[in-house]
Amino acid sequence: MAHHASAAASRAERFAAPAKTTVTFRVNGTNRTINVAPWTTLLDALRVNLDLTGTKKGCDQGQCGACTVLIGGRRVLSCLSLAVMQDGAEVTTIEGLARDGKLHPLQRAFIDHDAFQCGYCTPGQICSAVGLINEGKARSPDEIRELMSGNICRCGAYTAILAAIEEVMANGRAPSGGAAR
Amino acid sequence: MTATSILGKPTSRIDGRAKVTGAAKYAAEHNVPELAHGFVVTSAIAKGRIAQIDMADALAVDGVIAVFTHSNRPKMAASHEKYSDDVAPAGKPFRPLYDDRICFSFQPIALVVAEEPEIARFAASLLHIDYEQEPHETDFEKQRDHAFVFKGDGENHSHKRGKADKAFADAPVKVAAEYRMEVEHHNPMEMFGATAVWEGDGRITVHDKTQGPVNCRDYLANVFGMKADELRVLNPYVGGAFGSGLRPQYELPLAVLAARALKRSVRVTLTRQQMFGLGYRAGNIQSLKLGAERDGRLTSFAHEFIGMTSQFEAFQRTCVAWSSQLYKCANTDLVQKLVRLDQNSPCDMRAPGGCEGVYAIECAMDELSYAANIDPLELRLVNYSDRDQMEDKPYSSKELRECYRQAAERFGWSKRNPRPRSMKDGHELVGWGMASGIWEAMQLEASARAVLGANGSLEIASATADIGPGTYTMMAQLGAELMGVPLDNVTVKLGDSDLPQAPVEGGSFTTASVGSAIAAACRAVQKDLLRVAQKAAGSPLKGAKFADVEFADGRIRRKDGGAEVSFADAMRAGKLDRIEKEASAAPNDKSKFAHYTHSAIFAEVKIDEELGVIRVTRVVNAVAAGRILNPKIAGSQILGAIVGGIGMALHEETLTDHRFGRFMVHNLADYHVPVNADVHGIEVIFVDEQDDEINPLGVKGVGEIGIVGTAAAIANAIYHATGKRVRDLPITIDKVMRA
Repeated sequence: MAHHASAAASRAERFAAPAKTTVTFRVNGTNRTINVAPWTTLLDALRVNLDLTGTKKGCDQGQCGACTVLIGGRRVLSCLSLAVMQDGAEVTTIEGLARDGKLHPLQRAFIDHDAFQCGYCTPGQICSAVGLINEGKARSPDEIRELMSGNICRCGAYTAILAAIEEVMANGRAPSGGAAR
Repeated sequence: MTATSILGKPTSRIDGRAKVTGAAKYAAEHNVPELAHGFVVTSAIAKGRIAQIDMADALAVDGVIAVFTHSNRPKMAASHEKYSDDVAPAGKPFRPLYDDRICFSFQPIALVVAEEPEIARFAASLLHIDYEQEPHETDFEKQRDHAFVFKGDGENHSHKRGKADKAFADAPVKVAAEYRMEVEHHNPMEMFGATAVWEGDGRITVHDKTQGPVNCRDYLANVFGMKADELRVLNPYVGGAFGSGLRPQYELPLAVLAARALKRSVRVTLTRQQMFGLGYRAGNIQSLKLGAERDGRLTSFAHEFIGMTSQFEAFQRTCVAWSSQLYKCANTDLVQKLVRLDQNSPCDMRAPGGCEGVYAIECAMDELSYAANIDPLELRLVNYSDRDQMEDKPYSSKELRECYRQAAERFGWSKRNPRPRSMKDGHELVGWGMASGIWEAMQLEASARAVLGANGSLEIASATADIGPGTYTMMAQLGAELMGVPLDNVTVKLGDSDLPQAPVEGGSFTTASVGSAIAAACRAVQKDLLRVAQKAAGSPLKGAKFADVEFADGRIRRKDGGAEVSFADAMRAGKLDRIEKEASAAPNDKSKFAHYTHSAIFAEVKIDEELGVIRVTRVVNAVAAGRILNPKIAGSQILGAIVGGIGMALHEETLTDHRFGRFMVHNLADYHVPVNADVHGIEVIFVDEQDDEINPLGVKGVGEIGIVGTAAAIANAIYHATGKRVRDLPITIDKVMRA
C-alpha cells in the first residue's frame, strides 16, 4: 500500500495547473501586464488574456503563418512563442498598425488589390509583409513570393498579396508598425 | 437589366477594413464573461466500441469543470434523422457523443471543459480510454470490386444513350484510361470552433464556424429538443470553409451540450489535426473509354466513377454527367458507384463532383487529341454541344466558344508546338495544356429584408453567410442599385439565423438566390414608396403606374421625363421614417433551359527534367458566368479557385495508414497546399454573357467554376512538356520522375 500512498502524495502535484507568473510587455505601444502560466503561448495570451483577437490561430503549430506578429519589428510566429518569454518585449499586432484611424499603407493596399477573401490569414499576411519590408531582403517578385511563403492563404489570394506588397515597396512608404527603434 | 453605375464596377469589399485591421471577429474570438473552454478527445481507432473511459485523473486537474462522454452526457435526440440537416446525404447521420460505437478514426468521444484552454487540453491527455477494437477496412483499392450503384438519394447519376460498347469497338480512334485522385481536405485557415453563449434563461446564442446559420440552428433545435426561438446562430465572419462548413460540424453540438449542462458559456475549438476527422473530398477511381472518328468526332463516351463513402451515409455528387453537357456524343454509358469504408462521410468540397469528373473527362479528351492527331482545342470545338444531353435541353446561355477563343488568344495557344517534349526554356521543359470547365448555375429559395430610412439609408439583411466570396459587397451593390441609393448609404446584415431565412452559402448559388430575394424586397419597398409619394397633395407622380417610374439617385422619376420626387419627400409626405419589407424569391422549376457556367483554362508548366520540379508558370482562365456584378471580387473567386486547382493538380493528398485506418496526413506541414512561391501569373477573363432567362438579375455565380478543369489543364500541360502521362493526382515529383 506504500505505492498507493506515494501515488496519492504525488497526485496533487501531478494534477496541479502550473503556477502563473507576471509578464509585462509593450503591446501596440501600451504597457500591459498579464498573469499567465508558462504553457500559455504568446498567441493565446494576445487572443484570450488581452482580447486582441486580430492575431489569428490557424494551426497552433507554426505551419500556417496566421499568427504572425512583430516583435521589435521582426516577424514572429506567436503560436511558437511562450508569453513568459516576452517579458519586456515590444509587440505589434494587426490592431497596432493603423494610426489614429489611418490605415497602414499595407492595409490600404490589401483592400485596394483585394488581397484576401475570408480575411482570416490577412492579419498574419500584413504583419509578415511589414516584417519582410523591414528585413530589406526581397527585391524582386520571386523573392517576395519566396519570403512570403510562410503565410498560407487558402482562399488563394497570392497574386493580389504580391501586388499589394510590390505597390507599397515601390512607393517607398515607411513600413513602421513596430519597426526596431 | 441595363448597365449601371454600381453593378459591374470593381468596388473594393465593404468588409475590407474590418478584415485588415483585425476588427472582424470569427467564431472562437468572442471572449464573453465566465467563458469555459472545451477540448475534444477523438478516437484513436477506426472501428469498435469504447469499453471504458477513466476520467478520474482528468477530473483531478485544478480548473477542470467537467468531462462529457457518451456515458454521462445530457439528453440528446435518439433518432439519426434528428441529426440530419439541409445538406446531409442519404443515410444515418453521425450522432456525436451519442453512444459507445466508433465509426471512424478521429471520431469525437469526449469533451473536457475547464477554466482555461490549456488546462482543458492538458486534462484531455489524462483520459484513459479502453477500446474494444474491431477489424476495419479503409483500403479503397482493395474494396473496389465491392463498388455499388446507390440510388437511395433519389437521384439517378447513371445515364445511357445508344450503344457505347459497340461504338467503342467500331471506333477508328480510341482512348481507354484510368484516373485517380487521393482524398483531399478543405483546410480553411480558420479552425473549427463554436462559442456557445449561455443567455441565462435557457436561450443559447452560438458563434459558430459555418456556412449556414439557419441550417445550424435547425440542427441544434432537433438534437436538443429546443425551440427555434431559444437558439440563435451567428457567423458574420467565416475564415474560409470551401464546403467543410456546409453541414453542422461537431464543435457546435458539443459546445451547446456543455453550455446547457453547465449553465455557462462554453467555447469548443478543434485543432488542425482534428479537422482531418471532418468531411473530405472523396478519393476516386475513374475509368474512361472514348471512341471517335478520325476527324475527332466522338462516337462513344463511357465513364465509370467509383467514389468512397462511410458505412453510415452515402455521399455522392454529380460526377459523370458533365461530358454529356460539354460534348455531342450519341453513344454514352455513364455510371457512378460507391465503396463503403470505415471512415467519416465525405462532404462537399469546392465544385464537388464536377471538379473530380471534369478532371478525368478533360484529361481523356487530351489523350484523344493526341490519338486523333488533332489540336486539343480543335477537338473541343469539333464536339461542342449546344444542348444538355442529360436533360435534352438547350442552354439558357453558353458562351463557351467565346471562352475558348479569348483564352486561347490571350495565352498565345496558336504558337504551340503540338509535339510533346518539343518546347524548352533553358534547362526546363515547357508544356502547354488546356481544358474546359463547367458548373451548374443553381438558385434556391431565399428571403431578404430591405429597410429604407427617411434619410436615404438602406439596410439589406439575410441569414446567408460570407465565407469569403464577397457576399457583403454583393448585397450592398445590389441593394444600392436596385433601390436607387448611393452605395455608401447601404449597410448589410448577414450571418445571423434570426434574419430572413436563407440557404447555406455554397454551390455558387448565393448571388442568384439571395440576390433575387433582395430584388424582390427592394421592389416591395419601392411600391410602398410610390404609393405614399402619390398620396401627397399635388404629387407630380399621380396616376403613374409602377412600370412608369424609375428609382435612382434617391428619387422616383417618371420614365417619360419631367416629374420626380425624392425618397425623403415621399416619406415625409407619408409621415414615415422607414419602409421595411421582407420578400422571398424562388427559382423557376419549369424552365425549358439548362443552366450552367462555363470556362476555358490554358496552363503553362515548366519542369526541371533532372529534378522533376514542376512550376505552373502561367494560367489563363476565361469564364462565362452571366452577369458579373463586381469584376474585382468575382475575379478573386476565380484566382483563388485556380490556386485550389494547382493544389489539386500538384500538392494535395491525405494519405491513409490502413494498419490503423487513420489519415496519417493530418497537419499543414504534411498536407501541402499552394503557397505564394507556387503561384505565378494567373489571368482571369470574364466573357460577356447575357442571360435574361436564368433570373431577372442575369447572374450565375462564380464560386466553383474556377477550380473545375484547372487540374486537367495542368496535367495536360505536364504531358505536353514531358511526354509522360501521369493520371493519378496529385502529380508529385516522384510520379513524374518514375513515369
